[in-house]
Amino acid sequence: MLKIKNLHAKVGDNEILKGLNLDVKPGEIHAIMGPNGSGKSTLASVLAGREAYEVTDGVVDLDGTDLLELEASDRAREGVFLAFQYPIEIPGVSNLNFMKAAVNAKRDHNGQPPIKAKDFLAKVKECSSLVELDGRLRDRSVNEGFSGGEKKRNEIFQMAILEPKLCILDETDSGLDIDALRVVSKGVNAMRSPDRAFIVITHYQRLLDHIIPDFVHVLSNGKIVKSGGKELALELEAKGYDWIKEEQNA
Amino acid sequence: MKGTEEENLLSEVTEKNYEYGFTTEIDSDTIAPGLNESVIRTISSKKNEPDWLLKWRLEAFAAWSKMEEPDWAHVAYDKPDLQSISFYSAPKPKKVLASLDEVDPELLKTMEKLGISLEEQKKLSGVAVDFVMDSVSVATSFKETLGEIGVIFCSLGEAIKEHPELVKKYLGTVVPQRDNYYAALNSAVFTDGSFCYIPKGVRCPMELSTYFRINQAGTGQFERTLIVADEGSYVSYLEGCTAPQRDENQLHAAVVEIISHDEAEVKYSTVQNWYPGDKNGKGGVFNFVTKRGICHRASKISWTQVETGSAVTWKYPSCILKGDDSIGEFFSVAVTNNKQQADTGTKMIHLGKRTRSTIISKGISSGESQNSYRGLVQIHPGAENARNFSVCDSLLMTDKCGAHTFPYIEVKNPTAQIEHEATTSKIGEDQIFYCQQRGIEEEEAIGLIVKGYAKDVLNKLPMEFAVEAQKLLTISLEGSVG
Repeated sequence: MLKIKNLHAKVGDNEILKGLNLDVKPGEIHAIMGPNGSGKSTLASVLAGREAYEVTDGVVDLDGTDLLELEASDRAREGVFLAFQYPIEIPGVSNLNFMKAAVNAKRDHNGQPPIKAKDFLAKVKECSSLVELDGRLRDRSVNEGFSGGEKKRNEIFQMAILEPKLCILDETDSGLDIDALRVVSKGVNAMRSPDRAFIVITHYQRLLDHIIPDFVHVLSNGKIVKSGGKELALELEAKGYDWIKEEQNA
Repeated sequence: MKGTEEENLLSEVTEKNYEYGFTTEIDSDTIAPGLNESVIRTISSKKNEPDWLLKWRLEAFAAWSKMEEPDWAHVAYDKPDLQSISFYSAPKPKKVLASLDEVDPELLKTMEKLGISLEEQKKLSGVAVDFVMDSVSVATSFKETLGEIGVIFCSLGEAIKEHPELVKKYLGTVVPQRDNYYAALNSAVFTDGSFCYIPKGVRCPMELSTYFRINQAGTGQFERTLIVADEGSYVSYLEGCTAPQRDENQLHAAVVEIISHDEAEVKYSTVQNWYPGDKNGKGGVFNFVTKRGICHRASKISWTQVETGSAVTWKYPSCILKGDDSIGEFFSVAVTNNKQQADTGTKMIHLGKRTRSTIISKGISSGESQNSYRGLVQIHPGAENARNFSVCDSLLMTDKCGAHTFPYIEVKNPTAQIEHEATTSKIGEDQIFYCQQRGIEEEEAIGLIVKGYAKDVLNKLPMEFAVEAQKLLTISLEGSVG
């Protein structure tokens, strides 16, 4: 589904990704771990098409489409979803209107008419129960006055509404207490399907107790330096990242 | 403005008239440029006005002659040369075009985006339309309905003839002749405007709108509007139009007066989209307006405005809260783009006991524009337990624009409660990216964010206006991310 080859990207003069390769197939969950500053969040931003990041080399292919050629909004319509590490507040724009605009943008892209109010509300009801998002939060302005946990639940709610094919979760576990972590993970697990893939970026192994990955990759200094199964995460938890750096330097 | 440019403008206008074959009439019906007492006498006599009105105009002119153009507003412009303007010319026939193909395509594009129907597009851009009979009959049936319940809604000129006692009783009672430089000028030379009277206890069943007057009068350079809501009555009045209005008149100095009697309520909504000039700030309308209402006991006046046009705007719709328990409200969205300048806000003058006022002002600046909020909240000694709540927010779209807030608060009664909140923020790249990541394109994202920001004000507009005003905001800010 997603093929990343030799990806190089920089912010200003600072090269952050230095030849990253990754192959993700439908139905798979890939965890990306790594020390601070290794390029995890940069990878998420580059895939989503954030303008501040300049891709200097490499290929990113999503089901035959060259993602790097597309605007951020077109990537989203092609099915790329990024759950933000720090979700953004948009005062005065209701969560539901925001989602309706997003759903209809995608439908328009696919040559479909705007969604019927009844169908939209049914979808909203289904998805909000998935992450235990109560009506109060649905009707409020996007993320405005939400607690950290509520913002993250709202990200998963939006993901469920938009039914993307590639979900990128950028440190979704940061700032979550154990109950919120459980709710968020439940939502993600409910969305697992044979034709949807996930890239889960995280610093800690504890999220991977709830969302079981098929593959774990270690990102260090802009490259994937080690890949393995879910047991690699446990090893990292126990030993830290230094031994990988040493392996690299040896 | 330079004299030569004015002359060019003037000759252009005159030539246009010639083009359409009004030679002799125009010659006899246009007064030579400049302003003096005899010009005012001529205006008044051409309009067959009663003596009291001529006297009133002359008093205004005498006062104006001793005044200086104010320069305290946060705007910079070349003062219009009033001696080069002709203060009376016969109503200019609108150029009639054969089809929409002859209309400026930019104008059509904008109207299409606003969702204005094809028929209305024709009407607004001066294309001859087949259904004129229809629209006339619609207007007539409106008038009949209003007449049955005693509502008077007509041009001010007509009202001076048909209802002189009402006009005489109220004209200049809220904005006196010598109120300020431009109000005095307007009082001396106003040509026409609207008049509206709602009798005791009548709830006007429809929004009174300048919309369906568009063919009859158009908008004058020195327009004067007078609205009187008698005891216990209600009226909602809409002024302006979301469609872009091109106008050769560079200076607009209008006056609006509202009288809200005991327990009456007046809602006055404006959408102003005059020509703002080009991207480099060339051309565009100077909009120097005086709008004020007086509230008697337990009455209410709400001003709602969406201002996106004009090169320079200078406008402070105000309320004099004279009666006990009266309420004044001001809700404003002012958008400036490119080189536009706006200095706008309100005055809430609390005289009566338990008077309340609310001010919500949302400024949006883009391009290299300057957008200022200027407001006065004044609590007089007799205004026991008066309350005011003000919110003044500014949103910046670029690094080159400016937003300024000048709130004045004068409290002379210790029981008053005043709250003032102000924020300034820049539209976030983060917000735009967040929308884009959900599939919403940049332009739409900006529209969404700006509408959210202005929601508290847009919600106050009458339904049919609100939808168009939202689109107008988006269009006014097109291509303005920085």
